Amino acid sequence: MLKESEIKIGDIHTAILVEDLKRTQIVQYAGASGDYNPLHTDEIFTTQVAGYPSVFAHGMLSMGLTGTMLTDYVGDGTLKKYGVRFTNQVWPGDTLTSTATIIDIREQDGERVVDLQIETTNQNDVAVITGNATAKIES
Amino acid sequence: MAIDKFLVEASHIMMFARSVGDANPVYHDEEYAKKSDVGGIIAPPTFAQSSAQFDPNYFLRPKVGGEGWFGSGKEASGAKPSSGSGESGGGGAAMGLHAEQHFEYHLPVKAGDVLSATTKPGNSWEKESKRAGKLKFSESVTEYRNQNGDLVITATGVGVQTERAVDS
Repeated sequence: MLKESEIKIGDIHTAILVEDLKRTQIVQYAGASGDYNPLHTDEIFTTQVAGYPSVFAHGMLSMGLTGTMLTDYVGDGTLKKYGVRFTNQVWPGDTLTSTATIIDIREQDGERVVDLQIETTNQNDVAVITGNATAKIES
Repeated sequence: MAIDKFLVEASHIMMFARSVGDANPVYHDEEYAKKSDVGGIIAPPTFAQSSAQFDPNYFLRPKVGGEGWFGSGKEASGAKPSSGSGESGGGGAAMGLHAEQHFEYHLPVKAGDVLSATTKPGNSWEKESKRAGKLKFSESVTEYRNQNGDLVITATGVGVQTERAVDS
């Protein structure tokens, strides 16, 4: 858990989430999450029927990868809220980097919490996820 | 959509954490997790999405002995996607592409918990876009409760139906 005495508004945490995303990892996420939409795993269907240049990652895989960065930073079991918009698709071969920026430190329901702004970008510096999170901190 | 029994199991948590690139031992090492602040194996923040596994009618899963599957086989496309429950996890996949996802965490979710989930539709709206034509957004709100009936997670998903494939 983050300690209030060790953080301040404007602090930034950055992590590389994945380098050269493999189709197999997308398959792995399909199996774990139960979302077998062929748009994510079936290159033939996705290119020939759906009209996309390739399969692409589940939005929830990007959110999950970003969540790994987030909990590595704020600690286990401390999240109160975590929400994202999927602003661009994530393709096999992408390298994703994510940042969490502290935008507020405040009281909520008798607990000290931190508000974070989140952005995950690809290798072309295009945002694939933007979002927010709130986590408990130690006062 | 309603899910009666979403069994939160340690091995499923381990597999899910692996798939999102998370090596944190709190998701797979029971000894470590017991000694940690959270006191046992917990679910990662987006784990509720995998409740789709426990939705008997989830349409993005090929069914055993079912009516076919729309992915490629001999042909590039099999059957048409069957309609049915597809709002699992408050996600938007059934409604086309997933535009937004929000989780509120009320209580911890631990290995061994048995959750239930109910989904209700939220707002819907339309927007014009250069990259994909007319966009139809719709929201669904899923409440997850544990074996004691306590609300543990509220998940809000926003799905978007596009007029055509999104230009990238």
